[in-house]
Amino acid sequence: MRFLTDRKRARGLGAAHSGVEHHWSMIVSSVALLVLVPLFVFTFGPVLGAPYEEVVAHYARPFPALVAALTLVVGFLHFKNGVRVLIEDYVGGLWREVLIVAMTCLSWAAIAVGLFALARLTL
Amino acid sequence: MADANRANRPLSPFMIGPYYRPQLTSMTSIFIRITGNALLIGAFLVVWWFLAAASGPEHFTFVNAVITSWFGDLVMFGSLWALWYHALGGLRHLIFDAGYGLELKQAELMGWGMILGSVLLTLLTVVVI
Repeated sequence: MRFLTDRKRARGLGAAHSGVEHHWSMIVSSVALLVLVPLFVFTFGPVLGAPYEEVVAHYARPFPALVAALTLVVGFLHFKNGVRVLIEDYVGGLWREVLIVAMTCLSWAAIAVGLFALARLTL
Repeated sequence: MADANRANRPLSPFMIGPYYRPQLTSMTSIFIRITGNALLIGAFLVVWWFLAAASGPEHFTFVNAVITSWFGDLVMFGSLWALWYHALGGLRHLIFDAGYGLELKQAELMGWGMILGSVLLTLLTVVVI
């Protein structure tokens, strides 16, 4: 016997059957990135191609390091959720799941590597 | 019964080519997807560069040479444009989602704004940096 009514089970889930969580995560991360990306471009750009000592000194400072860390984390989470839609649109069957799992792992790995590197540079 | 209304259904923009005329709105939208996903390459290069900087001078010299080679420059320059284009596209998406700019004229105006804006921002960034 089902204790939940049909209406109760369907409520808030919409046509995607999974609710608006995915869409909302893209909205939140995109607004954050609209602020972070210009900050990152103009703190990272000037030291791209600079000598080793200059790069190390630059990223020993808290502001460039924090901007880079936040941009990498939010950016790769945004990518993880975005590439999932791409895969769901064009790939079916087992490959859909394989690719989503692979891209999710890749995104988290990039976040881990980026944060490890920044921590080592900063501390 | 399912076929009753087939002729009157809207076409999917996925059928670009013989069935769906390319429009500024659909093309700018597709390029948001292309730029967003292509940015993975530039993002990986940047993460690699950070890892190299944290690993020491020898590794850094190598990665720095890769990322500032002519091909590295090409990828980073393309990524810069893709980044601005995708950001402006995302901004347009947020405006659409809030319920504004959905009239055809405004939507096409924002499309041109994305194209010209991303080029201008890219050139501006290159000049400033």
